[in-house]
Amino acid sequence: MPRLSAWFVRAALVYFVLGFTFGGLLLANKGVPLHPLTWRLLPAHIEFLLLGWTVQLAFGVAFWILPRWNTKRGDVRPAWGTLPLLNAGVWLVVLAGWLNWPAWSMVMGRVLEAAAVAAFAWHAWPRVKPWVEA
Amino acid sequence: MPPLTRLFIKTSLLYLVAAFGVGLLLTLRPLLSLPAFVNGLTPVYFHLFMVGWVMQIIVGVAYWMFPKWSKLLPRGHDALALATYWLLNIGLLLRIIAEPAQVVNAWSGWGWLIVLAAALQWLAGLAFVANTWPRVKEK
Repeated sequence: MPRLSAWFVRAALVYFVLGFTFGGLLLANKGVPLHPLTWRLLPAHIEFLLLGWTVQLAFGVAFWILPRWNTKRGDVRPAWGTLPLLNAGVWLVVLAGWLNWPAWSMVMGRVLEAAAVAAFAWHAWPRVKPWVEA
Repeated sequence: MPPLTRLFIKTSLLYLVAAFGVGLLLTLRPLLSLPAFVNGLTPVYFHLFMVGWVMQIIVGVAYWMFPKWSKLLPRGHDALALATYWLLNIGLLLRIIAEPAQVVNAWSGWGWLIVLAAALQWLAGLAFVANTWPRVKEK
Protein backbone atom coordinates (compact mmCIF):
# COMPACT_ATOMS: atom_id res chain seq x y z
CA MET A 1 0.00 0.00 0.00
CA PRO A 2 1.20 3.59 -0.56
CA ARG A 3 3.00 5.47 2.20
CA LEU A 4 0.03 7.71 3.06
CA SER A 5 -2.30 4.69 3.37
CA ALA A 6 0.18 2.99 5.69
CA TRP A 7 0.24 6.12 7.89
CA PHE A 8 -3.56 6.37 7.92
CA VAL A 9 -3.96 2.69 8.79
CA ARG A 10 -1.25 2.69 11.46
CA ALA A 11 -2.80 5.76 13.09
CA ALA A 12 -6.22 4.08 12.86
CA LEU A 13 -4.90 0.98 14.63
CA VAL A 14 -3.45 3.12 17.45
CA TYR A 15 -6.85 4.81 17.92
CA PHE A 16 -8.48 1.40 17.79
CA VAL A 17 -6.36 0.16 20.71
CA LEU A 18 -7.03 3.34 22.72
CA GLY A 19 -10.76 3.40 21.94
CA PHE A 20 -11.20 -0.31 22.60
CA THR A 21 -9.29 -0.04 25.89
CA PHE A 22 -11.51 2.84 27.01
CA GLY A 23 -14.57 0.88 25.89
CA GLY A 24 -13.41 -2.15 27.86
CA LEU A 25 -12.97 -0.02 30.98
CA LEU A 26 -16.39 1.60 30.50
CA LEU A 27 -18.09 -1.77 30.07
CA ALA A 28 -16.27 -3.32 33.02
CA ASN A 29 -17.25 -0.29 35.09
CA LYS A 30 -20.89 -1.03 34.29
CA GLY A 31 -20.49 -4.53 35.70
CA VAL A 32 -18.34 -3.74 38.71
CA PRO A 33 -17.87 -0.02 39.46
CA LEU A 34 -14.18 0.86 39.16
CA HIS A 35 -14.03 4.63 39.68
CA PRO A 36 -16.53 7.51 39.27
CA LEU A 37 -14.23 9.20 36.76
CA THR A 38 -14.35 6.21 34.40
CA TRP A 39 -17.41 7.70 32.68
CA ARG A 40 -15.28 10.62 31.54
CA LEU A 41 -13.71 8.22 29.04
CA LEU A 42 -16.97 7.94 27.08
CA PRO A 43 -16.48 10.95 24.70
CA ALA A 44 -12.91 9.82 23.92
CA HIS A 45 -14.14 6.24 23.39
CA ILE A 46 -16.63 7.48 20.79
CA GLU A 47 -14.29 10.02 19.14
CA PHE A 48 -11.36 7.61 18.88
CA LEU A 49 -13.42 4.75 17.47
CA LEU A 50 -15.68 6.67 15.08
CA LEU A 51 -13.23 9.22 13.67
CA GLY A 52 -9.77 8.03 14.71
CA TRP A 53 -10.38 4.39 13.78
CA THR A 54 -13.29 3.97 11.38
CA VAL A 55 -13.03 7.16 9.30
CA GLN A 56 -9.24 7.13 9.20
CA LEU A 57 -9.13 3.46 8.17
CA ALA A 58 -11.66 4.19 5.39
CA PHE A 59 -9.50 7.09 4.16
CA GLY A 60 -6.37 4.94 4.20
CA VAL A 61 -7.96 2.12 2.25
CA ALA A 62 -9.74 4.50 -0.15
CA PHE A 63 -6.47 6.30 -0.96
CA TRP A 64 -4.94 2.90 -1.69
CA ILE A 65 -7.66 1.25 -3.80
CA LEU A 66 -9.72 3.93 -5.55
CA PRO A 67 -9.18 3.98 -9.34
CA ARG A 68 -6.03 5.75 -10.58
CA TRP A 69 -4.82 7.35 -13.82
CA ASN A 70 -2.32 4.74 -15.01
CA THR A 71 -0.33 4.58 -11.78
CA LYS A 72 -1.00 8.14 -10.59
CA ARG A 73 -3.39 9.10 -7.81
CA GLY A 74 -3.91 12.68 -8.97
CA ASP A 75 -3.29 15.60 -6.63
CA VAL A 76 -2.29 13.88 -3.38
CA ARG A 77 -1.63 17.10 -1.42
CA PRO A 78 -5.19 17.39 -0.03
CA ALA A 79 -5.07 13.73 1.04
CA TRP A 80 -1.75 14.30 2.82
CA GLY A 81 -3.30 17.39 4.46
CA THR A 82 -6.12 15.23 5.79
CA LEU A 83 -3.75 13.27 8.04
CA PRO A 84 -2.58 16.13 10.34
CA LEU A 85 -5.92 17.95 10.19
CA LEU A 86 -7.96 14.91 11.24
CA ASN A 87 -5.59 13.84 14.00
CA ALA A 88 -5.21 17.36 15.39
CA GLY A 89 -9.00 17.70 15.35
CA VAL A 90 -9.62 14.42 17.16
CA TRP A 91 -7.12 15.22 19.92
CA LEU A 92 -8.34 18.80 20.29
CA VAL A 93 -11.94 17.62 20.73
CA VAL A 94 -10.94 14.94 23.25
CA LEU A 95 -8.54 17.12 25.26
CA ALA A 96 -10.96 20.07 25.30
CA GLY A 97 -13.55 17.80 26.91
CA TRP A 98 -11.16 16.17 29.38
CA LEU A 99 -9.38 19.32 30.49
CA ASN A 100 -12.42 21.62 30.42
CA TRP A 101 -10.84 23.93 27.87
CA PRO A 102 -12.96 26.86 26.61
CA ALA A 103 -15.85 25.91 24.30
CA TRP A 104 -14.16 27.47 21.25
CA SER A 105 -11.34 24.90 21.46
CA MET A 106 -13.81 22.07 20.88
CA VAL A 107 -15.34 24.08 18.03
CA MET A 108 -11.83 24.48 16.60
CA GLY A 109 -11.35 20.71 16.84
CA ARG A 110 -14.56 20.13 14.90
CA VAL A 111 -13.47 22.71 12.29
CA LEU A 112 -10.19 20.83 11.82
CA GLU A 113 -12.07 17.53 11.46
CA ALA A 114 -14.47 19.06 8.93
CA ALA A 115 -11.55 20.53 6.98
CA ALA A 116 -9.86 17.10 6.99
CA VAL A 117 -12.93 15.40 5.61
CA ALA A 118 -13.43 18.13 2.97
CA ALA A 119 -9.78 17.84 1.91
CA PHE A 120 -10.08 14.09 1.49
CA ALA A 121 -13.32 14.42 -0.46
CA TRP A 122 -11.53 16.98 -2.72
CA HIS A 123 -8.82 14.43 -3.42
CA ALA A 124 -11.08 11.39 -3.83
CA TRP A 125 -13.88 12.93 -5.93
CA PRO A 126 -12.17 12.66 -9.38
CA ARG A 127 -10.95 9.15 -8.56
CA VAL A 128 -14.53 7.87 -8.32
CA LYS A 129 -14.64 6.96 -12.00
CA PRO A 130 -14.78 3.95 -14.32
CA TRP A 131 -11.67 1.75 -14.32
CA VAL A 132 -11.16 2.22 -18.07
CA GLU A 133 -11.09 5.82 -19.24
CA ALA A 134 -13.09 6.68 -22.36
CA MET B 1 -11.94 -15.26 -0.15
CA PRO B 2 -10.36 -17.22 2.72
CA PRO B 3 -12.64 -19.34 4.95
CA LEU B 4 -11.92 -17.16 8.00
CA THR B 5 -12.99 -14.05 6.09
CA ARG B 6 -16.24 -15.75 5.12
CA LEU B 7 -16.80 -16.62 8.77
CA PHE B 8 -16.22 -13.00 9.86
CA ILE B 9 -18.43 -11.52 7.13
CA LYS B 10 -21.32 -13.97 7.54
CA THR B 11 -21.26 -13.50 11.30
CA SER B 12 -21.19 -9.73 10.83
CA LEU B 13 -24.30 -9.95 8.63
CA LEU B 14 -26.11 -11.85 11.38
CA TYR B 15 -25.25 -9.05 13.81
CA LEU B 16 -26.48 -6.47 11.31
CA VAL B 17 -29.86 -8.21 11.11
CA ALA B 18 -29.92 -8.57 14.91
CA ALA B 19 -29.11 -4.86 15.31
CA PHE B 20 -32.06 -3.90 13.14
CA GLY B 21 -34.27 -6.26 15.17
CA VAL B 22 -33.16 -4.69 18.46
CA GLY B 23 -33.59 -1.22 16.94
CA LEU B 24 -37.15 -2.12 16.00
CA LEU B 25 -37.80 -3.38 19.53
CA LEU B 26 -36.50 -0.10 20.98
CA THR B 27 -38.80 1.99 18.79
CA LEU B 28 -41.79 -0.10 19.90
CA ARG B 29 -41.34 0.86 23.56
CA PRO B 30 -43.74 3.83 23.54
CA LEU B 31 -46.39 1.78 21.73
CA LEU B 32 -46.31 -1.59 23.47
CA SER B 33 -45.83 -2.89 26.97
CA LEU B 34 -42.49 -4.67 26.63
CA PRO B 35 -40.45 -6.58 29.23
CA ALA B 36 -38.22 -4.42 31.44
CA PHE B 37 -34.99 -5.86 30.02
CA VAL B 38 -35.69 -4.00 26.75
CA ASN B 39 -34.75 -0.78 28.60
CA GLY B 40 -31.20 -2.11 28.91
CA LEU B 41 -30.84 -2.72 25.18
CA THR B 42 -29.78 0.74 23.90
CA PRO B 43 -26.01 0.22 24.36
CA VAL B 44 -26.42 -3.34 23.08
CA TYR B 45 -28.03 -1.91 19.92
CA PHE B 46 -25.07 0.43 19.24
CA HIS B 47 -22.52 -2.31 19.82
CA LEU B 48 -24.33 -4.87 17.67
CA PHE B 49 -23.81 -2.35 14.87
CA MET B 50 -20.34 -1.07 15.60
CA VAL B 51 -18.63 -4.17 17.03
CA GLY B 52 -20.76 -7.00 15.65
CA TRP B 53 -21.14 -5.61 12.15
CA VAL B 54 -18.69 -2.76 11.34
CA MET B 55 -15.64 -3.97 13.25
CA GLN B 56 -16.15 -7.61 12.34
CA ILE B 57 -16.51 -6.92 8.61
CA ILE B 58 -13.36 -4.75 8.76
CA VAL B 59 -11.44 -7.53 10.51
CA GLY B 60 -12.60 -10.07 7.93
CA VAL B 61 -11.79 -7.91 4.91
CA ALA B 62 -8.44 -6.74 6.32
CA TYR B 63 -7.44 -10.39 6.91
CA TRP B 64 -8.24 -11.07 3.27
CA MET B 65 -7.00 -7.94 1.46
CA PHE B 66 -4.13 -6.36 3.41
CA PRO B 67 -0.58 -6.84 2.07
CA LYS B 68 0.88 -10.25 2.76
CA TRP B 69 2.99 -10.56 5.92
CA SER B 70 5.49 -13.00 4.35
CA LYS B 71 5.59 -15.94 1.96
CA LEU B 72 5.51 -18.32 4.91
CA LEU B 73 2.75 -16.50 6.79
CA PRO B 74 0.83 -14.57 4.11
CA ARG B 75 -2.02 -13.56 6.43
CA GLY B 76 -0.08 -13.59 9.68
CA HIS B 77 -0.78 -16.10 12.42
CA ASP B 78 -4.10 -17.81 11.74
CA ALA B 79 -4.32 -18.73 15.43
CA LEU B 80 -4.41 -15.01 16.29
CA ALA B 81 -7.10 -14.36 13.68
CA LEU B 82 -9.15 -17.27 14.98
CA ALA B 83 -8.63 -16.06 18.56
CA THR B 84 -9.91 -12.64 17.44
CA TYR B 85 -13.08 -14.27 16.10
CA TRP B 86 -13.88 -16.33 19.18
CA LEU B 87 -12.89 -13.76 21.79
CA LEU B 88 -14.85 -11.03 20.03
CA ASN B 89 -17.98 -13.06 19.54
CA ILE B 90 -18.07 -14.77 22.93
CA GLY B 91 -17.41 -11.38 24.57
CA LEU B 92 -20.09 -9.62 22.55
CA LEU B 93 -22.70 -12.36 23.08
CA LEU B 94 -21.94 -12.31 26.81
CA ARG B 95 -22.52 -8.57 26.82
CA ILE B 96 -25.78 -8.91 24.89
CA ILE B 97 -27.08 -11.25 27.60
CA ALA B 98 -25.54 -9.83 30.77
CA GLU B 99 -26.01 -6.09 30.25
CA PRO B 100 -29.82 -6.11 29.91
CA ALA B 101 -30.07 -8.92 32.49
CA GLN B 102 -28.36 -6.69 35.04
CA VAL B 103 -31.17 -4.14 34.59
CA VAL B 104 -33.86 -6.59 35.69
CA ASN B 105 -32.05 -9.05 37.94
CA ALA B 106 -30.06 -8.25 41.08
CA TRP B 107 -27.74 -11.30 40.87
CA SER B 108 -24.21 -9.97 41.38
CA GLY B 109 -22.82 -12.48 38.89
CA TRP B 110 -24.16 -10.43 35.98
CA GLY B 111 -21.70 -7.69 36.87
CA TRP B 112 -18.77 -10.08 36.72
CA LEU B 113 -20.01 -11.54 33.43
CA ILE B 114 -20.00 -7.99 32.03
CA VAL B 115 -16.40 -7.60 33.22
CA LEU B 116 -15.55 -10.88 31.51
CA ALA B 117 -17.29 -9.68 28.32
CA ALA B 118 -15.20 -6.50 28.40
CA ALA B 119 -11.96 -8.44 28.92
CA LEU B 120 -12.68 -10.91 26.10
CA GLN B 121 -13.50 -8.17 23.58
CA TRP B 122 -10.43 -6.16 24.60
CA LEU B 123 -8.22 -9.23 24.09
CA ALA B 124 -9.87 -9.77 20.69
CA GLY B 125 -8.92 -6.20 19.76
CA LEU B 126 -5.30 -6.76 20.80
CA ALA B 127 -5.11 -10.04 18.86
CA PHE B 128 -6.46 -8.28 15.76
CA VAL B 129 -3.93 -5.45 16.00
CA ALA B 130 -1.04 -7.84 16.70
CA ASN B 131 -1.87 -9.81 13.56
CA THR B 132 -2.61 -6.77 11.37
CA TRP B 133 0.14 -4.29 12.29
CA PRO B 134 2.98 -6.15 10.52
CA ARG B 135 0.83 -6.34 7.36
CA VAL B 136 0.56 -2.54 7.09
CA LYS B 137 3.50 -2.14 4.73
CA GLU B 138 4.54 0.47 2.21
CA LYS B 139 5.08 -0.78 -1.31
